[in-house]
Amino acid sequence: MSRSSMWGAIGGIVRRDLLLAMRRRSDAAMSVFFLVIVVSLFPLGVGPEPAVLRTIGPGVLWVAALLACLLSLARVFTADYVDGTLEQMVLVPQPLAVLVVGKVFAHWVISGLPIVLLSPLLSLQFGLSGESLGVLVMSLLLGTPTLSMIGAIGAALVLGVRGSGLLVALLVLPLYVPVLIFGAGAVTSSMAGIGGEANLSLLGACLVLSLFLAPWATAVALRIALE
Amino acid sequence: MQWGSASEFFAMGGYGIYVWTSYVVTALCLVWEVLALWRRRVAARAEHRAMLLGGTNETAT
Amino acid sequence: MSTGINWAKYSSPQALYPLAGRLIPWFSVVAVALMGVGLYMGFFVAPTDFQQGESYRIIFVHVPAAWMSMFLYVVMAIWAGIGLGLNARPSFMMAQAIAPTGAMFTFLALLTGAMWGKPTWGAWWVWDARLTSELILLFQYAGVMLLRTSIDDVRRADRSSAVFALVGVVNVPIIYFSVQWWNTLHQGASVSMSTGSKMAATMLIAMLLMTLAFWMYSIAIILSRVRCIMAERESLPAWEEKPVTIQKIAEAR
Repeated sequence: MSRSSMWGAIGGIVRRDLLLAMRRRSDAAMSVFFLVIVVSLFPLGVGPEPAVLRTIGPGVLWVAALLACLLSLARVFTADYVDGTLEQMVLVPQPLAVLVVGKVFAHWVISGLPIVLLSPLLSLQFGLSGESLGVLVMSLLLGTPTLSMIGAIGAALVLGVRGSGLLVALLVLPLYVPVLIFGAGAVTSSMAGIGGEANLSLLGACLVLSLFLAPWATAVALRIALE
Repeated sequence: MQWGSASEFFAMGGYGIYVWTSYVVTALCLVWEVLALWRRRVAARAEHRAMLLGGTNETAT
Repeated sequence: MSTGINWAKYSSPQALYPLAGRLIPWFSVVAVALMGVGLYMGFFVAPTDFQQGESYRIIFVHVPAAWMSMFLYVVMAIWAGIGLGLNARPSFMMAQAIAPTGAMFTFLALLTGAMWGKPTWGAWWVWDARLTSELILLFQYAGVMLLRTSIDDVRRADRSSAVFALVGVVNVPIIYFSVQWWNTLHQGASVSMSTGSKMAATMLIAMLLMTLAFWMYSIAIILSRVRCIMAERESLPAWEEKPVTIQKIAEAR
């Protein structure tokens, strides 16, 4: 199969999913609102002490991003599964893993990118500034696609299973731990003056690893779900 | 052999509560697993007998 | 389980079922014997640790449990992989049989780790790389089992939980190293669970004996669980009963 048809397939999937998301804008807005609310709860819970907030800030933002990403996972495949589009996708000449990349990328644009763009604003609530703010955005930019990639495996595994909303959280959250550690660690170490480069490159490594393994695992899981 | 008496052995140099909790819970877990499996086996066997008696083959999945 | 089974010959449940039945008593006897010798070595032969006193004797159950928990996860993932690759039902059954025992050893490793940590570190829990990856391992065992129980279709349950087990096997080492990395950053817990190079030979022998004992125990328990799973799944009621018994049941009817 030619390379252009593969890119064409990915592009087609991405365009279609983004178009569908534009029609249901409230869905995408909801996970963003969720993020904002969760992040705002923490200062109310732990008190307005700036030093404390600055310490927990990176972790809180990252955990909230993780949860927001988790909430949107059900949207990756469910609609296509219900209306039978997914069964058509399996029959397409392009490998299913390639189509999965397209779907995951669209999911990231809808639910991951808004988080990245919103994070500088939210981090002001925690007194992050200057260099560490840049590192936070960078870490989310590298980390959220990984979250979408890993999340797609879980979303495919629980497709059509009863109680899938809670189950996908139990499956996916343990797999998110390394991303959380490196992501929050990048910001913390840049605040400590060590620089976040090492953590950021580890996040990059996670992204590359998940790019190679996750679409393939997701495709296997989808085929199992469709049998 | 470093134990002068049985009470010294059970005291474990003052750490008895930690040491014996670890060992007792481990032993309980292992015994519980064996018993649970034994009961599961009995249940499976009873079901087979019932199937033989009933003559139906409907428990097959 | 590396029992040297000629797998091609025993790849059907009908052949594996009696074989497992014959092996279980042997592994059980060896497990009990090793456990007896190991406990004797651990409590009566191994000397008192001059740093930790008697509390170190927890490692004779903690370290073997921790090793088994990780080893069993890898074995489970291997069976899951074989099952997916060859589409072999007995491999999935083996993977299913391993999960509960692995989860139990993970729980025991965490519990005994806390029991060891309190007198040694002064805290029940420390976010050290080993404890953290052990905790995540427990979550993954739970995930494998919950995924299986939430799917009604046995074939899909087998294959889906196999995929998750395989994905998890990549995750655990990454978590181990990420937490280690994270700890060097935080300058936090620089303590280690091992007693270092000062460990006496008898201590090491006792620990290895207990590990072997847990290993043999696991094989025995997993084989008997796989027998239960086969009996529950397959509709072959005559496996267990001798023909005479069947006749008797029929007559009683």
